Amino acid sequence: MEQRLFKYIWKHSRKDQIKILFLVLASMPFYFLSLDLPKSIINRAVDSQNFADINSTLSFMRFELPFGEAIFGEKVVLFEGFDLTQIALLFALCFSFLGLVLVNGLFKFVINTLKGQLGERMLRRLRFELTDRILRFPVMHTRRVKQAEIATMLKDEVEPLGGFIGDAIVTPFFLGGQALTALIFIMVQNVWLGVVAMSIVLVQAFVIPKLRKRILDLGRQRQMTARALAGRVSELVEGAVEIQSHDTSNYERAEISNRLGKIFKIRYEIYQRKFFVKFLNNLLAQITPFIFYLGGGYLVITGQFEIGTLVAVLAAYKDLPPPIKDLINWDQQRNDVQIKYEQVADQFQPSGMIEAEMQQLEEKHSPPLTGDIVVSNLGLVDENENRLLEGITFTVGVDKKIAVVGNASSGKEYLGLLLANLVKSSSGSMKIGGKPIAHLPSAITGRRISYVSSEAYLFPMSVMDNLFYGLRNWMIKDPACLSNSEAELLREKQEALRTGNIALNPDGEWIDFTSAGINDPAELVPRVTEVLRAVDFAEDVYLFGLSGIVDSENRPDIAESILGARIALKEHLKTTGDEDLVIAFDPEKYNNNATLRENLLFGTPRKKQYAGNNLLAMPILREAVKEADLRDSIYNMGLSIARTMVELFMGLPPSHQFFEQFSFISADDLPEFDKIVKRADKSNFSDISDSDREALMYLPFDYVEARHRLGLVTEDVEAKILKARKIFAEKLESRDPDAVEFYDPDNYNSAASIQDNILFGRLAYGRAEAGATIGRVMTELLDELGLRSEVIEVGLEFNVGIAGNRLSSVQRQKLALARSLIKRPDLLILNEAAAIMDSQSQIRLVSSIMEAQEDRGVCWTLQRASLSQHFEYVIVMQNGKVVESGSFDELNKEGKVLKSLIDDE
Amino acid sequence: MSIEQEVEVLKNIPLFANIDPSRLKLMAFASERLIFKEGKELFHQGDAGDAAYIFIEGEADVIVDTDDGPLVVASFGKNDFVGEIAILCDVPRTATVKATSELITLKITKELFFNMVMDFPEMGVEVMRVLAHRIDHTTSQLTEARNVLAEKAG
Repeated sequence: MEQRLFKYIWKHSRKDQIKILFLVLASMPFYFLSLDLPKSIINRAVDSQNFADINSTLSFMRFELPFGEAIFGEKVVLFEGFDLTQIALLFALCFSFLGLVLVNGLFKFVINTLKGQLGERMLRRLRFELTDRILRFPVMHTRRVKQAEIATMLKDEVEPLGGFIGDAIVTPFFLGGQALTALIFIMVQNVWLGVVAMSIVLVQAFVIPKLRKRILDLGRQRQMTARALAGRVSELVEGAVEIQSHDTSNYERAEISNRLGKIFKIRYEIYQRKFFVKFLNNLLAQITPFIFYLGGGYLVITGQFEIGTLVAVLAAYKDLPPPIKDLINWDQQRNDVQIKYEQVADQFQPSGMIEAEMQQLEEKHSPPLTGDIVVSNLGLVDENENRLLEGITFTVGVDKKIAVVGNASSGKEYLGLLLANLVKSSSGSMKIGGKPIAHLPSAITGRRISYVSSEAYLFPMSVMDNLFYGLRNWMIKDPACLSNSEAELLREKQEALRTGNIALNPDGEWIDFTSAGINDPAELVPRVTEVLRAVDFAEDVYLFGLSGIVDSENRPDIAESILGARIALKEHLKTTGDEDLVIAFDPEKYNNNATLRENLLFGTPRKKQYAGNNLLAMPILREAVKEADLRDSIYNMGLSIARTMVELFMGLPPSHQFFEQFSFISADDLPEFDKIVKRADKSNFSDISDSDREALMYLPFDYVEARHRLGLVTEDVEAKILKARKIFAEKLESRDPDAVEFYDPDNYNSAASIQDNILFGRLAYGRAEAGATIGRVMTELLDELGLRSEVIEVGLEFNVGIAGNRLSSVQRQKLALARSLIKRPDLLILNEAAAIMDSQSQIRLVSSIMEAQEDRGVCWTLQRASLSQHFEYVIVMQNGKVVESGSFDELNKEGKVLKSLIDDE
Repeated sequence: MSIEQEVEVLKNIPLFANIDPSRLKLMAFASERLIFKEGKELFHQGDAGDAAYIFIEGEADVIVDTDDGPLVVASFGKNDFVGEIAILCDVPRTATVKATSELITLKITKELFFNMVMDFPEMGVEVMRVLAHRIDHTTSQLTEARNVLAEKAG
């Protein structure tokens, strides 16, 4: 990356810049003419002295060769022009003026558009280049950078660069040209006025940038403090637990307040200086017209100057300050942007950046790694010259199962990082199959080697996408596109290429299924299941699948089978006499085990505004409730609930956990409801205020008769709710047909989960064995129907959330292991990857991963030394050195370090 | 059966006889009503104990595993209270309880029970009283048994 901004601009946009420059030059004569024309209008057309009478004429558009008289001794008339009367001339000149205004405007339009395009292209290039650099940051460096700062730099700080780059070269020429044209024009009219104008312009051009230098300095400080603030604010979020648990929030407040104070001080000084410069600028700009009026007026009065010329000079001068001002602005922007660019460029070239060639796109399978891993005298020091590893020497086959053991300070995790080529050694050498690993491109190390750290990162995508993430090495096939968009796609590709971007379609086929051992779409789910089983994650995905949603339009086969499971479940329960464990949804009955809301809606909301408490605000629902004469019943239920809650919870301290677990009303709202209940008890039913009614009406919607047992859903209420259910459904059918997918015993519900579709009802409250029995029966049925793989398939679509936060940390680690395993790497490096799991799981995992890796290598940095008995070769480390290595049996003897490590456990 | 009826049942249980009805109502509201069909186990000997059960309706046998097979040592019915030992002193279930008819219970979880005792100390006192009675009862049974043994030996 070029250190200087202008070098960068020139290197990447030379051609476009010159093209625009030519346009600017071409526009100048027209600009000059538009300045000259007002003079002609006043001096020639308006001034009656030029015309003897109404019929006398003057020539228009007569064009003589400039300096013709001097060269040829006589005037050379290139174009005779037209002879026009005064009125006609006025019209002709004025319309020419209008024409010139148009031409100038069009020039400006085209130039500005081109500049904008140029700037945006450069911005795209710059952002891509910076992202490219982030992707080449050495792993150790990424641990130190603050993500928020890097992200703001890429997003916000380079943005003004894009705007400026379009102006970088063209603007000084354009504005300078304009100012110069205006100045020359004034000079031509009167040398002295020209000199005055010029000298003031020079003062402006030299003094003001000097004054602004300090402002720029301040601007830089402002940017740095603001960036640091962004970093600190993100720390407040990341460190929320620490801050709250240590009660340091006020220290943090003080810290932030101090930073804000500094920023304020800087910004305030900027304002003071900025407005002083503005004041000076305005003063200088107004002094010139003062001189013009005085001097020019004097010249006109004394007859040395025509009034038209004075008007033109003033008009020209009026055009002079804006370009000058813009030029000064440009210069300031240049300084500003230059600094920004240098700062950004500086941040994005850490030492030890990965060479671009190492990440070269390789569109074919890489050769497998064979032979031995030969490590000799390997050393690693960190940036503070601390020795992390030293004198590491061992030789072992790449296809062996290797265990690396040692305590926390042994440096074993660095050995894992070095083997995965994620960190470069400081000394010594490490070869695989005779090739130095540091020289292997990532197309080999990233595909033939897999690495899992102790805290693996997951991308916010589905389980499936995460699983196959490691196989997106190159674009295997561009998706077949529609023919009419082909041209558009081609244009987008060219645009990407001309800005140095990569022109591959991320929506294309990227996943290399063959590397995962999947040669046929039918093999996908079995292979995935196999890998998930190996890391003990299949059951989790199966459960995701049960609570997942399948749209019957996409997968009518699954929907059909699940409908079958619904019937089978019902029959199974009937034969075992357990049918009362599930209270099925019946369109004609109130379900005592479901909430009042669910009984009213009788379906699954598709739109958000019909879900949760939002539903109560929907006018359609309110109408239905009113028409079914349900309003008063709901109100009375609300009052009963409020009364009970007040009675039960009023004496409890507000922080009591019963509130959260059992109460319909939060501790904060309880006193208010106490008042509402008292008011309601005192007054007549009709006197209760609307706001009280409204508050009470929200309470019963979560009420489940079988669970809460307050006896509120009487037969009368049931009948009314069923009526309201019908009215609501009818209204919805006609007014918002897609809002809710209704429960239908004979149809699959595309908005509900698989589980809910099979159950089609609610588990009966009060039946101790209901949950376990139904869960077991459901799994059995799905297996009988051969639906297990379909459910897993649905589970694979489960989105893991940001950084995998919808999974537990153990689940995250398991998925990361599966992601590495499915690639079938020649060498699988696990850097304490299972440390988070309990010891039983670790033992199970070791054997299942060994099995899954077949005859391919594993290098496992173990947390527990005793697990090394399952490995063929054991490397024991202490204080950054290998103290012993060999087979487990050789090392598990008295006097050996491994033995003592195992004994310590 | 609504919560009011449950409160009526609770009032008749000696353990709760002296406790304010509104407290009983809160306990009933916060506890789960569980129904066991005939032959179903409430819990099994040796399980970890997490809840006590108040019988609202129906009967159950208390069964202890012996060398000679399961032995019914007691039967409980309406208004009885089982499983309190396991939640009070964190020991595994000392016996199995099996419903001998359709049995309606209120399940008082360990958490709920301790919360109630903390918030309403009079309940704690009441529990002590009942347990003391049981010890008294057991002690007199023991004395009786000793006497019988002594007589046999003598």
